Amino acid sequence: MNLNATLFAQLIVFFILAWFTMKFVWPPIMKALDERAGKIADGLAAADRAKTDLALAEKKATDELRKARESAAEFRSGAEKQAAQLLEEARNEATRIVSAAREAAEAEAGVAAQRAKEALRDQVAQLAVAGAEKILRKEINVQVHAELLTQLKSEL
Amino acid sequence: MASGTEEHALTAGDYIVHHLTHLTSTGHKQASVIDWTVINVDTLFWSIGMGLLAVFLLARAARNATSGVPGRFQAAVEILVEMVETQSKSIVHGDRSFIAPVALTVFMWVLFMNAMDFLPVDLLPNIGAMLGFHYQRVVPTADLNGTLGMSIGVLLLCLYYNIKVKGLGGWVHELFTAPFGNHPLLYPVNFAMQLIEFTAKTVSHGMRLFGNMYAGELVFMLIALMGSTATVGGFLGHVVAGSIWAIFHILIVVLQAFIFMMLTLVYIGQAHESH
Repeated sequence: MNLNATLFAQLIVFFILAWFTMKFVWPPIMKALDERAGKIADGLAAADRAKTDLALAEKKATDELRKARESAAEFRSGAEKQAAQLLEEARNEATRIVSAAREAAEAEAGVAAQRAKEALRDQVAQLAVAGAEKILRKEINVQVHAELLTQLKSEL
Repeated sequence: MASGTEEHALTAGDYIVHHLTHLTSTGHKQASVIDWTVINVDTLFWSIGMGLLAVFLLARAARNATSGVPGRFQAAVEILVEMVETQSKSIVHGDRSFIAPVALTVFMWVLFMNAMDFLPVDLLPNIGAMLGFHYQRVVPTADLNGTLGMSIGVLLLCLYYNIKVKGLGGWVHELFTAPFGNHPLLYPVNFAMQLIEFTAKTVSHGMRLFGNMYAGELVFMLIALMGSTATVGGFLGHVVAGSIWAIFHILIVVLQAFIFMMLTLVYIGQAHESH
């Protein structure tokens, strides 16, 4: 263990190596480390954000589903109501048509009956007159009893 | 000058001494304890080599660094950088744009230099001997020059940040008023204490690493001596003790590198704090 000029040489080497490290080694490594730390922090933040986004989306989807279900139910009940109404209307219409037809038929039948009655009345009157003529030809003068016969005819 | 083949004819003491002799710029063993005209070429070669390898690996990771999914190599370097960044942040309160890289460099560099201890103690010296270098020590941190060189570097950083953070006046004021208080009679005592503190910090910083690695290297040599007896007992002893010590040394290598880095941060951190 002797001391000599090696000491000073070593001293200079010490500073040269330290300077080199400061200049070319330390900054790029620290930069890479800091950048990676930043990236990791960003990634974690993104993951957190994604998690909240997912929860939000799920909630939104549930809401939408519920809303769709509600509106579908609304639709269905509306359609049912409308169908019932249409049915009711159709039934009313049918009833109306049927009764109108019945009325028309009844009216027609009434008119026909009236006409038949009238025709019958005429024929009965003629028959009666013919019968009476035959009887009266034997007993009674036509002109004498014509007024009586007319009165009779109107009473029929 | 002993070559590799002659070593076995030497005594155990000669073997150890030979392995503890540096390859100096003069080619001879340094005579006096302190001689500023001599340079340990082996220490410098391996410390620069390990330093370049360390910063090359780091620079490669840095150049390919992406903020995407990292590969294994990038992830390993990132773990290291994050460790240093966390430690420096908790210790140094101020601008760390140079201090944190210093800590990273120190850790990697010392770790790599310490790891030279894992190589068989005779491998590189013998290769060197074939190439004509008769002495070689391959663990730069087992050389006091290497570790004190770094700890003095840390001291200079401490002085620089003392002045930068507190201003020259503020620092001088602190030198004379801390730790005992602001009184003219206490100025010399305070200043003496500050000098002792800086000296003790720097010397212990360098000496701690040096002592650990030197002792570790020495134990490896003693274990290698066992194997060099070329007996069954020596062989088994070498294998068992060598394995145990190498495994234990993994802890020491990493721990000492970590301690050196932490003390670097602590001392520079103290320079940022006012008493």
